[in-house]
Amino acid sequence: MAALTLYDKVWQQHIVRQEEDGTALLYIDRHLVHEVTSPQAFEGLHMNNRPLWRKESILAVPDHNVPTTDRHQGISDPVAKLQVDTLDQNCNSFGLTEFKMNDIRQGIVHVIGPEQGATLPGMTVVCGDSHTSTHGAFAALAFGIGTSEVEHVMATQCLIQKKSKNMRVTIEGPVGNGVTAKDIVLAIIGKIGTAGGTGYTIEFAGEAIQNLSMEGRMTVCNMTIEAGARAGLIGCDQTTIDYVKGRPFAPAAADWDNAVSQWHELHTDDGAVFDREVTIKGDSIEPQVSWGTSPEMVISINDTVPNPANETDSVKADGIQKALEYMGLDADAAINEVFVDKVFIGSCTNSRIEDLRSAADVAKGRQVADNVKLAMVVPGSGLVKQQAEQEGLDKIFIEAGFEWREPGCSMCLAMNADRLESGERCASTSNRNFEGRQGQGGRTHLVSPAMAAAAAVFGHFTDVTKLN
Amino acid sequence: MNKFQKFTGIVAPMDRANVDTDAIIPKQYLKSIKRTGFGPNLFDDWRYLDSGEPGMDNNERRVNPDFVLNKTPYKYAQILLARENFGCGSSREHAVWALTDFGFKVVIATGFADIFFNNSFKSGLLPIVLNSTVVDQLFEELEDHEDYQLSIDLENQLISNSAGAQIPFEVDEFRKHCLLNGLDDIGLTLQHADQIKSFEQQYYQQSPWLK
Repeated sequence: MAALTLYDKVWQQHIVRQEEDGTALLYIDRHLVHEVTSPQAFEGLHMNNRPLWRKESILAVPDHNVPTTDRHQGISDPVAKLQVDTLDQNCNSFGLTEFKMNDIRQGIVHVIGPEQGATLPGMTVVCGDSHTSTHGAFAALAFGIGTSEVEHVMATQCLIQKKSKNMRVTIEGPVGNGVTAKDIVLAIIGKIGTAGGTGYTIEFAGEAIQNLSMEGRMTVCNMTIEAGARAGLIGCDQTTIDYVKGRPFAPAAADWDNAVSQWHELHTDDGAVFDREVTIKGDSIEPQVSWGTSPEMVISINDTVPNPANETDSVKADGIQKALEYMGLDADAAINEVFVDKVFIGSCTNSRIEDLRSAADVAKGRQVADNVKLAMVVPGSGLVKQQAEQEGLDKIFIEAGFEWREPGCSMCLAMNADRLESGERCASTSNRNFEGRQGQGGRTHLVSPAMAAAAAVFGHFTDVTKLN
Repeated sequence: MNKFQKFTGIVAPMDRANVDTDAIIPKQYLKSIKRTGFGPNLFDDWRYLDSGEPGMDNNERRVNPDFVLNKTPYKYAQILLARENFGCGSSREHAVWALTDFGFKVVIATGFADIFFNNSFKSGLLPIVLNSTVVDQLFEELEDHEDYQLSIDLENQLISNSAGAQIPFEVDEFRKHCLLNGLDDIGLTLQHADQIKSFEQQYYQQSPWLK
């Protein structure tokens, strides 16, 4: 039998039918739903009088629009409230499982799926959200879809798809102390570019990836879309299986043993061929900071911001110039001398318990710098928040001058009240530094949770590997 | 979905790489629960000088006179000419809805982000990929001609200018078929309902915990 990649295997297991040109009808196991990209899909079902194909496949949660401050008041923005209410109504009328805003299990859709065991190895997982790639950490084929496809999955349990090409990114050897999953993935995006993965599914491999916890693996897979690939995945191993065991939606008893024996097959076979291979040495990766308005515009903490005069490609030079202007940075500026106004620790990239522990380690015994107007920590879910509070992390943050908030997407995309004002500079653990992403005119620098906490307490970007 | 028919339209230039879906339609407009009405807020942060919120009267807002889609003839454009990695970022189909609501039927670029590319076909927007030499040439022609127009013939997969020069383009056969006939692909998939059911039967026998 031909040697297969992990992606080949999961793909093949889900083909319902295939046309001669390779167009496949792909079966979908898990459909995660949130309030922003679903209302038009539910409306489409209603209008065409179509039932849901398999409602058990759906897990819904409001996350983008929910406030991160006191929720007893409800949602004050009437437009946001209508959208969350619409999700509630649709879930009620179709009989779907939803964790409503005040449920302890509510949180960011890409945090709660794995947390509940609703994401399992070998599954196909979709959601009307590009960061669905997160779930690939579980050797699942997971990718974001648009609202028309949300409706398509609701009505048919399938998607019409063509197979992507295979790419493998290998991190050779371990990374240094203090270098995190976020730094690894930012370094990868810096190397291959934001369109480098377009048309591919990326498998992440190598010692530094295997050494990551599931939280770290989710961070890496989460940002696959920032490298242009819809899906990123990592082979299943004992770390994966240990994480899944005992979670509410995970199989139990005899099913568990059968599932585990199937999951042991979820890795790339020796000798399988990839269309593209990229290798990065783990010890070459330093803590990363994005300087521009695209995630590929990223440098190491001890580097300087690029100079467009050194770029020969005119479209790229123009892009660097535009980004410098938007970001209010000078060419050749040292990034560790850049001061920040706000700090955001949260998002589907970095709001899990390990992320909060790592930020708290830096914040402990220190104080948010005077020039930092707001430093906020937004846990990924109610259960993450509860766990952090049991560990006393909330107290560490609050004593250091951080705000401790309720779970949601928050200032990653600023659909709720959490946002940057024009010109404000933010150290953010989120995933996108696009113009206006965190508020019109806001300036986002993507970093790891430890680097964000260090920026908060020192007031400027600081190499966490050099802290005591 | 309307049938995609041959047309001739004004081309507007968007001369930058990595135009992301946050730029195409900023997040505050995603709070809408409708599919329509996004056109006035297409490229909102670039198009207006003040910051916009849902429900504002856009006619009362301060328009950025330097932004391409605020200029004549581009405010009537039906074809957008762009660069590499157009539509990157979020999966929001609202980006496609905003483009079509404005009046665009085609985006020509050297490359598209996968999710945006996929979403386009679902809402009647045709994304055309051309190599960078041809795209460079189109940008040059556009600069040299006021009121630059192109004709798009999906059936024959040809772009032609007023001088009669033709550029062929590639498109997936199934997607072309759906666009030309205005087909709803949910309806097409449901024609295979029995096959989906028999797949499920076997699948859940093998992995009952997934049910």
